Amino acid sequence: MLGYIFKRVLYMIPTLFGMSLISFLIIQLPPGDYLTSMIATMSDSGQAVDPAEIERLKEIYGFDDPFYIQYLKWIWGILSRGDFGRSFEWNQPVADLIWARMGSTLVISLLSLLFVWVVALPIGIYSAVRRHTVGDHIFTFFGFIGLAVPNFILALILMYVAYKYLGQSVGGLNSPEFAEAPWSLAKVGDFLAHLWIPIIIIGASGTAALIRILRANLTDELHKPYVITARAKGLPEYKVILKYPVRIALNPFVSAIGWVLPHLVSGVTITAIVLNLPTAGPLLFRALVSQDMYLAGSFILLLSALTLVGMLLSDLLLALLDPRIRFN
Amino acid sequence: MGARDTLGKHIDPALMVVDGPSISPLKQGKSVSIATIGPWRLIAGKLIRQKVAMAAGAVILFLYLVGLFAEFLAPALPSTSKPQYTYAPPQGISLFVTQPDGSTEFNPHVKGYKIEIEKVALRRTFVVDDSKVVPIGFFVKGPAYELWGLIPMDRHLIGPLNPNDPMYLLGTDRLGRDVFSRLIYGTRVSMSIGLVGVAVSLVLGVVFGSISGFYGGWVDTVIQRIIEVISAMPTIPLWLGLAAAIPLTWSPVSVYFVITIIVSLLGWTSLAREVRGRFLALRSEDFVTAARLDGSSEARLIFRHILPSLTSHILAVVTLAVPTMIVAETSLSFLGIGLKPPVVSWGVLLQDAQNIRTVATAPWLLIWPSLAVIVAVLSFNFFGDGLRDAADPYDN
Repeated sequence: MLGYIFKRVLYMIPTLFGMSLISFLIIQLPPGDYLTSMIATMSDSGQAVDPAEIERLKEIYGFDDPFYIQYLKWIWGILSRGDFGRSFEWNQPVADLIWARMGSTLVISLLSLLFVWVVALPIGIYSAVRRHTVGDHIFTFFGFIGLAVPNFILALILMYVAYKYLGQSVGGLNSPEFAEAPWSLAKVGDFLAHLWIPIIIIGASGTAALIRILRANLTDELHKPYVITARAKGLPEYKVILKYPVRIALNPFVSAIGWVLPHLVSGVTITAIVLNLPTAGPLLFRALVSQDMYLAGSFILLLSALTLVGMLLSDLLLALLDPRIRFN
Repeated sequence: MGARDTLGKHIDPALMVVDGPSISPLKQGKSVSIATIGPWRLIAGKLIRQKVAMAAGAVILFLYLVGLFAEFLAPALPSTSKPQYTYAPPQGISLFVTQPDGSTEFNPHVKGYKIEIEKVALRRTFVVDDSKVVPIGFFVKGPAYELWGLIPMDRHLIGPLNPNDPMYLLGTDRLGRDVFSRLIYGTRVSMSIGLVGVAVSLVLGVVFGSISGFYGGWVDTVIQRIIEVISAMPTIPLWLGLAAAIPLTWSPVSVYFVITIIVSLLGWTSLAREVRGRFLALRSEDFVTAARLDGSSEARLIFRHILPSLTSHILAVVTLAVPTMIVAETSLSFLGIGLKPPVVSWGVLLQDAQNIRTVATAPWLLIWPSLAVIVAVLSFNFFGDGLRDAADPYDN
């Protein structure tokens, strides 16, 4: 097992390298650099442009260097000092801005994943055991809707419904009166009252996909001889189903962390922009619009790294559960 | 009359070997009748039996026809704004008019608008006024346009008989533009982005997938690693990052093509994986080995022998990839970094629905474009699923 973990972690390095390359490409992509536009804004507003300061910034970011040198400087800063560069718009180190936002992104992604599991498991089992019943058809129908409606449209529709019929404003994660308050029971309650909408929105498509997979896998298992044997031996029906076939069909639930997580992180990003949640999404979006590229690139890199860690965890868990993977 | 075998099926007489004592007529008949149905006809036959997939296919065809004839189908031009009708609600079409003497008369029409002042907010709102009748008709003269930018015309499929009368079947937006017409023009842009985007991913996916699956070894490893990196990155941040780099000064047409390329650059990976898997499986099949021993070149092996046997499968995967492209374009345009006005797409239309208060006053700005996106995505999914089932020769 240790050898497997080691190999799997080692395997991550080239992928992470590729991701950092793409993120840096995005930083470099917009024409012109931030420094030129900053000098222009500063002299427009009548501020004195200190040539020494310009030289210093040029030195730090190496705007005159070729692509690969700039990349190496950036990546070396991250690896050696945890320095992601400087946000020009906020005039702060990127690292100071990024971690709180990444934390809330992680929390919402994980809660959504939990939601996906909790909802998909019973519905998937029900749909497989009671195939082609009215209940199964209803779930299948909702599943297709869940897959077909893009996150942000679902967010808009739920916002509209909540505004019109519940009289609730659904932006953000806290009501205005709690925004600056210290954490208390009331604030946690308010937080949870706001949380359900983003979590449903983000989890909808993942839930639908997982129900379909579980239904298909479990249907295959249910007709295998060992199930018939168990039933013939007089095991109660719930035990026949839950004890063996469900456990085998559960593998996709674990591997789901790997492929649902990129979707969830994606979903969190756009849903957060629409609902104005304090996660990475809105800040990333603002950074991109104002071409604050070090901030944007760092977010993209970290969000990608997040999904990569999720994939690693799912692989390790899967290996723990399924010896066939471990020994191959 | 054609000959019949024992099962009662028609056999092409030209294919029957009449003389030849060693072959019994029964065997000969059977083999001929099987050989006359090619794989494509088998797939088509299976597909036709799937009602949901066929209905979805019809919807897709309808949407593309709407996109194709957008200028003719839309009653108004997408950019014509009438400030005197801002946020006007949708009108219903009625067929009969009741005369003052009580008799009814056939006269298709919509109702006009009147202005009401809200008591609390003191805002002007338009409500449908049942006493005003705006007669409408088919093939009426309306604003002049050029079909496909080529043929100058002024006939519209449906419209008010008097071009200056208001007819807003799905209401109007903030500037008094007809949502129905804009939705029709948006269909053209959004649906075509899906098609063009998929064409680009198809080329990339097939090329990289076949190279990877056919050669194997280190080429395969490198391509697989690249695919892994791209597919592990969360798509929306990546799309945002790439789209944000498009300079604001670019023309709408260049932006359209760049967005298409961005959307397809990230979508080709699943197709390449699929093609690679099939290549790996087919590489060692007997017919490929036979062709290789016959001295076929590698290009001939790939293009003449292996690829044709995956065409149906690729077609299904491609159909299933279109909705991703449509959703991608819609999301980017909705956020304001994809297509931008004056280009009209479903995502651009949804930009107007960003503000929840606007949606509360004019819900039709959210409902209709969303419905268009959802219907398109569902149809492609159902049709693609049906196609995949039909293309699977081992499925009973």
